[in-house]
Amino acid sequence: MFIIKYKKIFIGISTILVALSLFSLFVFGLNIGIDFKGGALTEVVYKVSRPAQIDLNKSLEALNLGAILLQPIGELGYIVKTRDLNDSEHALLLKTLSQDDKNSLTEMSFNSIGPSVGRELTRKAILAIILISVAIICFIAFAFRKVSHLSAMGNHGVASWKYGIIAIVSLLHDVIIPVGLFVILSHYFGAEADTLFVVAILTILGLSVSDTIVIFDRIRENLRNQANVNKINFSETVGKSLEQSFVRSICTSLTVILVLLALFFFGPVSTRYFALMLTAGMFFGTYSSIFLASPLLVLVQERQKKK
Amino acid sequence: MIKKIILTIFILLLGSGVALFVFKSEPKLNKNFETQKAFFKSHPFRLGLDLSGGTHLIYKVDTSVVSADQVNDSMEALRDIIERRINVFGVSEPVVQVQHGGFVSGAGEQLIIDLPNVKDIQKAKEIIGQTPLLEFRVERQKGEPITIKPGPDGKIDEKILQEQQFVSTELTGRYLKRAVLEFDPNTREPVVSLQFNEEGSKIFAQITKDNIGKIIAIYLDGEMRSNPVVREEIPNGQAVISGSFTPAEAKQLVGYLNSGALPLPITLVSTRTIGATLGESAVKAGVKAAIIGFLLVALFLILLYRLPGLIATLSLCIFIAIMLALFKLMPVTLTAAGIAGFIISIGIAVDANVLIFERVKEELRSGRSIADSISAGFSRAWFSIRDSNISSLITAIILFWFGTSLIKGFALTLGMGVIVSMFSAIIITRIFLGTLGFAGEGKVARFLFSSGISK
Repeated sequence: MFIIKYKKIFIGISTILVALSLFSLFVFGLNIGIDFKGGALTEVVYKVSRPAQIDLNKSLEALNLGAILLQPIGELGYIVKTRDLNDSEHALLLKTLSQDDKNSLTEMSFNSIGPSVGRELTRKAILAIILISVAIICFIAFAFRKVSHLSAMGNHGVASWKYGIIAIVSLLHDVIIPVGLFVILSHYFGAEADTLFVVAILTILGLSVSDTIVIFDRIRENLRNQANVNKINFSETVGKSLEQSFVRSICTSLTVILVLLALFFFGPVSTRYFALMLTAGMFFGTYSSIFLASPLLVLVQERQKKK
Repeated sequence: MIKKIILTIFILLLGSGVALFVFKSEPKLNKNFETQKAFFKSHPFRLGLDLSGGTHLIYKVDTSVVSADQVNDSMEALRDIIERRINVFGVSEPVVQVQHGGFVSGAGEQLIIDLPNVKDIQKAKEIIGQTPLLEFRVERQKGEPITIKPGPDGKIDEKILQEQQFVSTELTGRYLKRAVLEFDPNTREPVVSLQFNEEGSKIFAQITKDNIGKIIAIYLDGEMRSNPVVREEIPNGQAVISGSFTPAEAKQLVGYLNSGALPLPITLVSTRTIGATLGESAVKAGVKAAIIGFLLVALFLILLYRLPGLIATLSLCIFIAIMLALFKLMPVTLTAAGIAGFIISIGIAVDANVLIFERVKEELRSGRSIADSISAGFSRAWFSIRDSNISSLITAIILFWFGTSLIKGFALTLGMGVIVSMFSAIIITRIFLGTLGFAGEGKVARFLFSSGISK
């Protein structure tokens, strides 16, 4: 199997992608949205013509609402980002935007989140990430509970906890790369990490873990079926297992990726980045189960043999 | 064999029945919607605020004013009062929820209010945060006719009749200067004495002057509390609400009127308003994405797995019909994220089929008969199906537990999709494929059952 033969190349590709993602995360930083840090987002569309950004900026500055960010959207619209606003501030903002009611506009949406709600959501998100991670690790431990007897095969076996660790490593890989992608997108296109961003990460965890487990299952099944323990060629068995399962692994992800692409290209604007992140997550989830997890397994086994 | 055919037909009929229900109960699809039975009419899709447009408010509730064991009761009372006020203002299908604080949510007690189709936050806030609605109504003029229809049981609704008998005046609690608890010197009953401000006093004087000998009804939050008869013009702006108070009630009412407060003080911490057009375009985009996603998956299945793929597509149709019917019947509040969850579940629903068919192909290659391959494929793929569904379900459950209302929608549709797909992809597909077992072992049958990708 070429994947096993060139395993170092594939592991290298994954390592580089993860490194790049982490690098961009540290350099650009995550652009955290108002869901978590509090603030207000007002979207308006002008009926006739959109006033120039410079003019609006000037009059908005006079409002003393702190830093105000004005982003053009569509042909006639603006998105205005401010700190969280109370009613009178909100009314004042709208009045200023409409240039004292001379340039009529429609408010498409208004979202103001107080800092306390943001803190609460952050807390919830962190708790959810911890809980889902723990649940997934428990799930992996449960899935690999039966392989311990294989470690009795001495040099030829890989202890079941090592399968588990590799599954977790590839899971991290599946999450870190979409996050890196999002960071780059948010740097260049102004996407903000909102609640859906967290949901996307958590869904990737849930959806991509099974792929790795299914392939490991195959490997174990094939290892067990070999009559003579001493004749097992570990890397060959892994290669064979990959050959047997990579088509179905790709196909199951492909059906999900197909619907996600439909969601990305045709779906609501509010779930666009969400769909993109999940697509990346599904793609790299499948990639890692084939090109990362199994090569890593062989690598671990070879290191073990050398000792 | 006959049993299998009957079962297949039964499932097809059932699936069509579910689809028919979805169709009939959807005004946009069914042109004769108006003439449908009430059952169909009462089950539209329930759209969340981000799709229907409206206002979503989160209030923080200060519970420090009551003792810990009274918090729950006070929260319920608060919710009831606010719900009543919103209803008085005629907002359709408002949702007022109490969210209790605790380890999971972190924050203290909160009140979450969804007002569909209300875009004016100012008005929404007025509805919710205002002092108890105190109104003074006067008797309807003698000449004006009262129009009232008897209820279905032939009786006349007392409340509607009462509403018709009195007409509102401009005098409301807004003109109140202060309220005081007093006791009637004769009956020893508690009464609430009101003092209007200057403007209110003038209006009150006018009203009493015009209605000497008639009743002035005093309404509180839409309910009549007292209906004294006016004996003479009252120029000094003093009125008394008497009758049917316990001392505690009267004291509470005085408190509310004076402080303008609800049982617990509330502060607005988050506002979200979505315009109807934005919601509408989100719905359209969601439906479009769902249809295109479905077509892509169907195409993929049929091209790759031929006959079994076609059958999986058929089970996928039944899956979609069941899901949509469940959305209507439960009902599930659909948000943009919820629709995303549903669309993703379309992709996940066929995963089980892919797993099974890949196994079937393997078995066919190893030289088994079609029927044997199918049954082996189903039993061997089961463990993989179970594992992948468990991990998705874990995620959905935890997300549902933690999520805000928008996220709950996603977790719910995704979780439902995983569960329903177990049924559609495994049981229904298996029954259909079993019925097709008569296809025999000819070349054509083998072609139809093998896949487009073969080594």
